[in-house]
Amino acid sequence: MALLELKNVTKYYAGPTPALAGVSFTVKEGEFVSVIGPSGAGKSTLLRCINRMIEVTGGEILFGDLAVSKLKRRDLRKLRTGIGMIFQHYNLVDRLTVIENVLHGRLGYKSTLAGVLGLYSREEKMQAFNIIKILGLGEQVYQRCDQLSGGQKQRVGIARALVQNPKMILCDEPIASLDPNASKIIMDYLKKIANGMGITLICNLHQVNVALAYSDRIIGINKGKVVYDGPPGKLTADLTSEIYGTESGELIVDWGERYAS
Amino acid sequence: MIKFEEPIDIWGQISPEHGYTVHGAAGALPFKPLNRQALAMRIFLLVISLLTIYALLTIDYRSVDVAKAAADTLNNLKIIFLQPDTHRLSLRDAFYEVVITMGLAFLTTLFGGVIAFFLGLLGARNLAPKQVTNIVKGFVAFIRAVPTILWVLIFAVAAGLGSAAAVIGMTFHSVSYLTKAYAESFEELDRSVIEALSASGANWWQIVFQAVIPSAATSILSWTFLRYEINFANAVAMGAAAGAAGIGFDLFMAGGYYFDLREVGLITYIILAFAMALEAVATGLKGRIRQNPR
Amino acid sequence: MQADIFTRRRNGGLLFFTLLTVLTTGSIVITRYDVLKGFTSIFRAFAWGAANFYPDAGAMTKLPDILLKLKETVLMSVASTTVAAIFAMFLALAGSSTTGLCSLSGIITRGVASIFRNIPLVAWAMVLMLAFSQSELTGYLALFFGSLGFLTRAFIETIDEVSNKPVEALQATGASYFQVVFQAVLPAGMPQLSSWLLFMVDTNIRDATLVGLLTGTGIGFSFDLYYKSMNFHAASLVVILIVITVIVVEMISNYVRRVIM
Ligand SMILES: Nc1ncnc2c1ncn2[C@@H]1O[C@H](COP(=O)(O)OP(=O)(O)OP(=O)(O)O)[C@@H](O)[C@H]1O
Ligand SMILES: [Mg+2]
Repeated sequence: MALLELKNVTKYYAGPTPALAGVSFTVKEGEFVSVIGPSGAGKSTLLRCINRMIEVTGGEILFGDLAVSKLKRRDLRKLRTGIGMIFQHYNLVDRLTVIENVLHGRLGYKSTLAGVLGLYSREEKMQAFNIIKILGLGEQVYQRCDQLSGGQKQRVGIARALVQNPKMILCDEPIASLDPNASKIIMDYLKKIANGMGITLICNLHQVNVALAYSDRIIGINKGKVVYDGPPGKLTADLTSEIYGTESGELIVDWGERYAS
Repeated sequence: MIKFEEPIDIWGQISPEHGYTVHGAAGALPFKPLNRQALAMRIFLLVISLLTIYALLTIDYRSVDVAKAAADTLNNLKIIFLQPDTHRLSLRDAFYEVVITMGLAFLTTLFGGVIAFFLGLLGARNLAPKQVTNIVKGFVAFIRAVPTILWVLIFAVAAGLGSAAAVIGMTFHSVSYLTKAYAESFEELDRSVIEALSASGANWWQIVFQAVIPSAATSILSWTFLRYEINFANAVAMGAAAGAAGIGFDLFMAGGYYFDLREVGLITYIILAFAMALEAVATGLKGRIRQNPR
Repeated sequence: MQADIFTRRRNGGLLFFTLLTVLTTGSIVITRYDVLKGFTSIFRAFAWGAANFYPDAGAMTKLPDILLKLKETVLMSVASTTVAAIFAMFLALAGSSTTGLCSLSGIITRGVASIFRNIPLVAWAMVLMLAFSQSELTGYLALFFGSLGFLTRAFIETIDEVSNKPVEALQATGASYFQVVFQAVLPAGMPQLSSWLLFMVDTNIRDATLVGLLTGTGIGFSFDLYYKSMNFHAASLVVILIVITVIVVEMISNYVRRVIM
């Protein structure tokens, strides 16, 4: 069943060139989709149009049976509670503790007043504790987030998204600020989330080999247009260089690694 | 191969269909023990709120009819801002007076800058021994604690009210502000560069003029201009409160002596125009310097 | 073209010092600044100060009066700053690019803040004097208006700098506007905001002296009274007490900043 459908989505910022030019694709439930493309291709724009952090200029986005661009404010909040988001720079409130940051994921479900005062139910707290423990941060529950390493911060980000009970999680370059070690841990968690929990994942990535190794499907975009949409197995070196608009030899992709895991 | 810190097989258990089960003691942990910072923050907010409430409750409201005074003030502000006009002061005079104020600010900034330059060298941790920087810092803190107007009035006893007392009095705070700013600019030069130069046989003054000043020049000029902006505002205030020349004095006369609201309006607009122009330049310069010395 | 850098440096230096000389001479002429008198007065002032400007036994009898005025002034500074900070907070939320309603509200708020910041304190004092005469309220209101512009601008900068990433994350979870403000903007910005508040209290104690002098309230009035009646011993006591107060307040501020940061 299609969970998400984009029809001819376009986005213009101030200038005359579109950031997205007629993007269409559908995503099934539980699918792990990676979006790759050169810098400025429109990956972040695409992701932010899906949960309407950015308003699209044209086209239609359907999430389940909801037409995203037609939602009123209140319904938009409801839509967003069902979609988690993970950021390159984690976007945590550094001065708050891990548990407080994770519980922020519940705000969309609460009345404004309860959220303002930070009143969370016992179930919510337990759920947050559990997710934190499972992500291997049991020791750091009450630690302030500015004392954590990058990889730990990103796990807090994942926990915040999971505590929303989302149907889908959007990841904007989740490992771009991490070392290879922490990157692998994060990607493995994401894979588990997609396969083990049936949550749909759309993940912007800069590392082609990571996308090849982890995703069920790859969407390549260049200059706001989808230039590749298919399984990782069919992505050849030539197609990759087409996505990135370079000679194939220049790309630093370890093609051997795709079969490693 | 990288190992996980936690076994992954609990993953199935947290999927929404299975519900979120509680493991071990996690559920029993109390939520949010207050850490030191959070506690201090709360105490601070509490104390400052209580002080404010106490202060507001103990104001003597009886001596004025607050509602009437507020309405009058609103009305006065309307006249000031909507009907500015010239009476005693022609527009040309007013501009001339602003130029005088700018001149006072300039002299103050210049004297302050020259003195602060030497004090800044003595206050920079990479250029002077620790005892010396501490003395400079204490001196600067003391100067700052006396309000500018009091420096001016104290000097006025010896020099008489006027531009001399105003410039000298205002110079004190400029010295304090710029010393701190310059010292921080000098400190941005890495100790290792100084080491390299002294290893090559350069003496202290040579290092200062060949390495420290060239590398700090941009931020020194920017800080100096920021102080000029402050000094312009100060010069207006001193004109009013200490009888120094310039547009501030005219403002004081129009407002406190002739009760001429329209002229107050005109003068306010003129000062506002100059101050906002200076602010626009200052905002542009702020990008070039690292941090605020206060 | 090799030696150019040195000639350019020299010419630049020459130009700089010429300009400086011209401006200095111009300023001296236009302000009728008497250079000689200026410099000699420094020494005369110190000589005079050593001989006359110290508190004696007679001044000490004025101590209770002065302390009362001092307390009044400190309370006035604290209260006017706090109240201004509350108003500034609302303005800053409307003016910040992360929490603002639209770009227009940002431009308007910044403009208003800049106007308030640049209207001289003297003008506020003069205008308020007309209606409120020599009551305490004149001082309160003058300091309030004087602080409002400065604090608004400082708060806008703080909010922009500190919280745009977490705000984005909380919006993506479906949190409402006030939830975002209370759960992300305030926790992330509180220390910096408090630091500005403390700075403003400090500034206002010194400015209260000026306002008091102009409007006949608080410690400024005490000084003016003794100064005009040439009771310099009592006037010096006022100065000493102000110095002690400012330094103590500064020490408290620094301590609070260290703990909450
Ligand atoms: N807020 C904005 N205002 C105007 N133009 C923007 C804005 N955000 C992005 N753009 C432009 O839209 C285009 C797509 O940007 P986007 O951030 O989506 O690219 P990206 O693929 O995520 O790049 P990167 O890999 O560097 O993150 C770029 O040309 C960018 O300059
Ligand atoms: Mg991006």
